[in-house]
Amino acid sequence: MSLVSTPTPITPTPPATLTVVPARHPGRWIASAVVLVLAAQFAHGLATNPGWDWPTFTGYFFERSVLRALAVTLELTLAGAVLGFLGGVLLAAMRMSRSPILQALSWTYVWVFRSVPLIVQLLFWANLGYLYDTLQIGVPFGPGFHELSTARLVGPFGAALLGLALHEAAYAGEIVRAGLLSVDQGQLEAAAALGIPRPRQFRRIVLPQAMRAILPSAANELINLLKSTSVVYVLAIGELFYQVQVVYGRNGRVVPLLMVATVWYVLLTALLSILQFYVERRFARGALRTLPPTPVQRLRTALSRGAAR
Amino acid sequence: MTAMVEIRDVHKSFGAHEVLHGVDLTVPGGSVTVVLGPSGSGKSTLLRAINHLEKVDRGTITVDGELIGYRRVGDRLNELGERHILRQRARIGFVFQSFNLFPHLTALDNVAEAPVATGRRGRADARAYARTLLGRVGLADRADAYPRQLSGGQQQRVAIARALALDPALILFDEPTSALDPELVGEVLDVLRALAAAGTTMIVVTHEIGFAREVADTVVFLDAGRIVEQGPPEQVLDHPRHERTKAFLSKVLT
Ligand SMILES: Nc1ncnc2c1ncn2[C@@H]1O[C@H](COP(=O)(O)OP(=O)(O)O)[C@@H](O)[C@H]1O
Ligand SMILES: [Mg+2]
Repeated sequence: MSLVSTPTPITPTPPATLTVVPARHPGRWIASAVVLVLAAQFAHGLATNPGWDWPTFTGYFFERSVLRALAVTLELTLAGAVLGFLGGVLLAAMRMSRSPILQALSWTYVWVFRSVPLIVQLLFWANLGYLYDTLQIGVPFGPGFHELSTARLVGPFGAALLGLALHEAAYAGEIVRAGLLSVDQGQLEAAAALGIPRPRQFRRIVLPQAMRAILPSAANELINLLKSTSVVYVLAIGELFYQVQVVYGRNGRVVPLLMVATVWYVLLTALLSILQFYVERRFARGALRTLPPTPVQRLRTALSRGAAR
Repeated sequence: MTAMVEIRDVHKSFGAHEVLHGVDLTVPGGSVTVVLGPSGSGKSTLLRAINHLEKVDRGTITVDGELIGYRRVGDRLNELGERHILRQRARIGFVFQSFNLFPHLTALDNVAEAPVATGRRGRADARAYARTLLGRVGLADRADAYPRQLSGGQQQRVAIARALALDPALILFDEPTSALDPELVGEVLDVLRALAAAGTTMIVVTHEIGFAREVADTVVFLDAGRIVEQGPPEQVLDHPRHERTKAFLSKVLT
């Protein structure tokens, strides 16, 4: 038997006579048509059902008190995120330190602050003055130097921010820790072998690599926080959700005002998602052989290709 | 020649498992020592003990006359603080089997990182020097590439340039070519040859017998945590005296 197979002779056809016919997908067409009809129906309902009351919606969307409330929401989100993630880095560092006491402390913090519902925690902070009338700066268990009224130091906004930040820190701590764990042990060994000082190892070698794993969860958490700020309405703080309640309490137009808040939340989330894309792209340098194009770049190539045709 | 590395009666255990059973070794300055031995014999552990990535349980290691990891007070050895150890490590280059380049930094920044981090050079100076070193390993044109955009052989050459950036008195190589495709081994060994010719003190763990024969001043055969045999390559490689060396060589050479 011969191991060399003779090639099957191909009937010589001139290539020009062959046409490529793409496979047909009738199921895909039917499904698309059904979905389009449903979407059209929904859009029609939005436009024609008077219950949505679009004039009221547009009247309030850019209204002064709504915009001011929006600013408070943004303030709470940003400050909560910054403080929360600073706390998170600290908690993760403690948890991964070699001191069993710091480890236990970090673990306990995360346990407690993940257990208590945010709304309950917020009410606790708002009532801090009931537990501790004044706060003192001084030697632990010793004499104090300076006394402050709790109510003056921690107003409703302070209580809200404190609650959000402490709650956020517990989650951020776990997110940061997951990121740090994802960095290969060999990276630390290489850094140690080069004699790079510890703080710089963390800042320059470990953290930038951990960011790849941290960012998607962190963005999730930030968007979550944006919406969690609506919970602080229980402390009567004029953020977005509280403000639209005030307005519909006055004029009774519940649905359009809820839509005002909803659309703002949706827009802000879109903004954060776009931000997330670009930040993730920045930290992907070196991790991918070539970076994927941005949507803008993709659009530009599509347009120039269309123009060339 | 004065001794660059002196290892005296070094013992090391992981838990109950003793990996190094009293190793003695002297490496003269400017010489090349190749360490051979079967997998698991403790070669990596010995190398990592020299720059204190592993703490030894007993015995002493000195590099260029300086006791590594400890300060001698009377007849006690007090362990040095982290910062002091990091400063000692900066004088000892280490090249890993798996390269361990920093993936988020370009080749140039990988090489320039340590001199800046240790305050040895300013940023611009370190980058200029890094360019020179990348030129020495034949990668002047890939300075701006990220590690993942380089082949294995190129990555290992960047890692060697990185180890050279602190002008170390000694460089340790832990199987520098074992993770490479066969056709890429040569380019890395060429760099090692050039370093040897320039008089760099090196300890190289490798299975490349040809390289050992050609470049080594001393070949050391380690087996089960003990140095079984050492001497010039023609003696250890061609006329091994111990059964275990013979058995190992016959396996590696076929
Ligand atoms: N961190 C560690 N913990 C426990 N055992 C280890 C550790 N590192 C190495 N060993 C063990 O020590 C022995 C020697 O390892 P190693 O020095 O890496 O050998 P070689 O480099 O010669 O292959 C092996 O049995 C290995 O399993
Ligand atoms: Mg090894």
